Amino acid sequence: MIPLIPAEAVEPTLPGLTEAAPELDWWLFAPLLTVFAAGVLAVLFEAFVPNGRRRGLQLGLAVAALLATFVLLLVQMGTVPEEGALLAAGVLAVDRTVLFFQGTITVLALVSLMLIAERRHGRDAFAAQAATVPGSEEERAHIMAGSQHTEVYPLVLFAVLGMLMFPASNDFLTMFIALEVMSLPLYLMCGLARRRRLFSQEAAVKYFLLGAFASAFFLFGIAMVYGYAGSVNFADVRAAVESGGAAIFEGGDGEPLLLMGIGLVAVGLLFKVGAVPFHNWKPDVYQGAPTPITALMASCTLVAAFGALLRVFFVPFGGSADVWEPMLWTVAILTMVAAAVIAVTQRDVKRLLAYSSVVHAGFVLTAVVANSVEGLAGAMFYLAAYGFTTLGAFAVVTLVRTRDGGQELGDLDRWAGLGRRSPALAGSLGLFLLAFAGIPLTSGFIGKFAVFEAALAAGAAPLVVVGVLSSAVTAFFYVRIIVVMFFRDPEGEGPTVAPAGVLTGGVIALGVAATLLLGVLPGPLLENLLPATEPGSQPASVTVYQVTADIGTE
Amino acid sequence: MIPWLTIAIALPAVGAVVLWATPRGSAEAAKRIALGFSLGTLLVVAAMALRFDVSAAGRLQFEEVYPWIPYFGVHYAVGVDGVALALILMSAVLVPLVVLAAWNEHDDREDGGRAYLALVLVLEAMMVGVFAATDVFLFYVFFEAMLIPVYFMIGRYGRGGERSRAAVKFLLYSLAGGLIMLVAVIGVYVYGDTFLWTDLVADGSPLRAVSPEVARWLFLGFFIAFAIKAPMWPVHTWLPSAAGASRPGTAVLLVGVLDKVGTYGMLRYCLELFPGATSWFVWPVVGLSLVSIVYGAVLAIGQTDMMRLVAYTSVSHFGFITLGIFALTQEGQAGATLYMVNHGFATGALFLIVGFLIPRRGSALIADYGGVQKIAPKLAGTFLVVGLAGLALPGLAPFVSEFLVFVGVYEFNAVPAVLATAGVVLAALYILWMYQRTMTGPVPEKLSGLRDLSGREAWAISPLVALIIAFGVYPQPLLDVINPAVERTVDEDASEVGAVADGGAQEGDEE
Repeated sequence: MIPLIPAEAVEPTLPGLTEAAPELDWWLFAPLLTVFAAGVLAVLFEAFVPNGRRRGLQLGLAVAALLATFVLLLVQMGTVPEEGALLAAGVLAVDRTVLFFQGTITVLALVSLMLIAERRHGRDAFAAQAATVPGSEEERAHIMAGSQHTEVYPLVLFAVLGMLMFPASNDFLTMFIALEVMSLPLYLMCGLARRRRLFSQEAAVKYFLLGAFASAFFLFGIAMVYGYAGSVNFADVRAAVESGGAAIFEGGDGEPLLLMGIGLVAVGLLFKVGAVPFHNWKPDVYQGAPTPITALMASCTLVAAFGALLRVFFVPFGGSADVWEPMLWTVAILTMVAAAVIAVTQRDVKRLLAYSSVVHAGFVLTAVVANSVEGLAGAMFYLAAYGFTTLGAFAVVTLVRTRDGGQELGDLDRWAGLGRRSPALAGSLGLFLLAFAGIPLTSGFIGKFAVFEAALAAGAAPLVVVGVLSSAVTAFFYVRIIVVMFFRDPEGEGPTVAPAGVLTGGVIALGVAATLLLGVLPGPLLENLLPATEPGSQPASVTVYQVTADIGTE
Repeated sequence: MIPWLTIAIALPAVGAVVLWATPRGSAEAAKRIALGFSLGTLLVVAAMALRFDVSAAGRLQFEEVYPWIPYFGVHYAVGVDGVALALILMSAVLVPLVVLAAWNEHDDREDGGRAYLALVLVLEAMMVGVFAATDVFLFYVFFEAMLIPVYFMIGRYGRGGERSRAAVKFLLYSLAGGLIMLVAVIGVYVYGDTFLWTDLVADGSPLRAVSPEVARWLFLGFFIAFAIKAPMWPVHTWLPSAAGASRPGTAVLLVGVLDKVGTYGMLRYCLELFPGATSWFVWPVVGLSLVSIVYGAVLAIGQTDMMRLVAYTSVSHFGFITLGIFALTQEGQAGATLYMVNHGFATGALFLIVGFLIPRRGSALIADYGGVQKIAPKLAGTFLVVGLAGLALPGLAPFVSEFLVFVGVYEFNAVPAVLATAGVVLAALYILWMYQRTMTGPVPEKLSGLRDLSGREAWAISPLVALIIAFGVYPQPLLDVINPAVERTVDEDASEVGAVADGGAQEGDEE
């Protein structure tokens, strides 16, 4: 073998690898460890606890773990140093932004767990035995025997672990691992629907194949970035970007590597966010997956993916904003316009909510493009507000059925008369839809205001105009659902509304409360999103990682 | 100090909550509660008006300012000058009459109209709020949020099979305008650094220093939303269908009050926030106003449905209002503001009387009526008085305002004033022809049992007729309140007009 590059040049620069075992700040590590330990414990429960007692135990464990994590995160929020801290030899970072994302994910996961745990006539939303052939005798036997997949709980815990790591990663490899830890359980859970199982399995395969592609893009991008910067650590990459590449590119001719790297990494992240043109999986997967899992993906995964996206663009690639800003401009405009237009033609409520989620991803992207503290804060508020609203909306979807004990009623035209049958349920969904449409006095309006204000302050006026115009288009299909529910007479029997149990009812009530509270009194949350900074300055995490960059390179 | 405006906003809102909380069976009690709360609000507003310092009507009074969302610099800030006070008074007068007029309209429904009345009260709270808000963000919140009750009032409680389509059309038009305005609202904050109206219009406000180009874009953002709301040609098409699909009570509030938010917004926000841009846009707006005046009148003549006819007459009337506002003269704007109030009373009364007629025959088509005068003379007489107010007969209130608008516009430029007179001629045609076709001539067989005005109906409409006559004979109290407020606007714009005219001349020289 002929060495192409002198041996000295390829010496690993990952901090910690060449030295003694890194010191761990166990306290800051505790939230992740809690979820991880609970996940492992849950797997052991699966192996050793008898079938009948598993569900209660698993549910209790998952809820306890997430609650404990949330409390830990809250305490850390008060104690973490203003400039943030590095963990585990600099592969993870913790600051208030990260803690906010993690806290949001934990709360939303807890609420999703309520939907996942809901049972009707003793049956939850998941297949009795996923390994059986749909429609087979074996399947029927399992249904009759009351089999259940309590594996869902450890899977959720592992997915949440990945989500918590995703926005906290401080190097590309850790981020990739977080991405996979988050995605693999989700692929699996998508295929577990109790009803329309083939459909659900198809969704899972689609999600897995496309997700694997996206991961490959992401990984290839990392390789490019590593080639350019000679490191995968965010602080090092940032330093390299600012100084024009690693030492071997003396003349700065490594630019193409960086460009390809940014582009490919962006593909991976934009896929998870579901931005056009990487959005095609969303409607199919949202529709096919069991609705509680859809709710988990629509809220938690979106928050985690945006947390990671914001970090990647603000921290390692922060120095080359002039490169990625035009790219995200294009993607944001495409996302808002295309998804809004396609959504108008949708007839199925879950597909419609999927496209709506794509449009909202576009709105959040306008805040990313703003590349400012206001943009970061706006995106954070938007995601938290949207998460609660969308959970509530999917909770309503789980209740509207073709008949008592039947499957969910996806066809919107058959929702006619819902407002007469159960005014409270239809009223809640109406509120969620108005929040999606951005009507004042709902959280959706404040979120929209926050992201558009950031974008306009950053001089992205055309983007904001496109944003409000596609908002007007989205209003059309949200309003259409309200028309169907309230103004139209039911056809024949009309939809059947399953009685809302404590859990589902609780999710809807929480959604309504959060939507109204964040709409009327958003002050306390907005004020505490970020440490006080001068308006218009660089994104907070940039200043934060400026400091950590110094720590990392020492 | 008593927070008058907050009470006037909160009282109907509390009433709505009480209505929702009343049990299903108590429809009669619900009506009384709604009437009680709307009368209570009227009393509060009237008491406030009596304390209003007319000698200082040009500045904001009863001001309350509390921080709401400090992160965005948003305040709960309310206060009224003469213009806002007049419009709030008008709204507070109309709501109890609408409740009274709609007394039996919903008896066939399960809930006896309880939810409808609750929506009316919610709307009243927002109407007071939108005129009283002195924070641009708060104004926007009310401006957008008030669409939702109206949307349900049309879509759920409206008339005819087209009502849900009309409701959606109304909502989408208004939302589209509102969203465009949102960009301008954000722009005001980005450039002006505050949402407080008093700070934004103060001398030395950063908003005054923005480049003319930016100011024009921001002006346009506000103006498009207000033009849709007003409604002005060519974005008026939602109004006839919305009014045609509304119950008369809804139509009164929609055309009488809601649309005034558009013209009020032009006066308060477009003109005062962007005086420079305003003078740049004068001629295009004057042109659109003239088209609205003639177009609305011509289409009104061609209508076969009485509700739609009245809606089109409003398009024409709103043309007069915007014409008066953008003439940028004292008389023009005073006339326009007075026009807003008088139009609320006159058109409100016209919608109400048409509303009394419709259930008697079960149709809103002009062709289904005839000779009503012979069997229901009181109804026909009221119809005539109200109709004549609609065509601005001297001695009735709308005449004063229309006259003032003409004086103001003539002072600005004679050509548009002359062109606008076409609207007056056409007004006589559409009103009198409708009267002639419905009230005179032979009585069709189906109308033979037609009842005359009932006591309740008379109570609902007579206050409006009285106001129309009173302000027709003696408009001075209203003008005293309106004039100082208008003077302030005109002063600002006049100084800007001079500056821009000079600048324009220079630019012209350079070319």
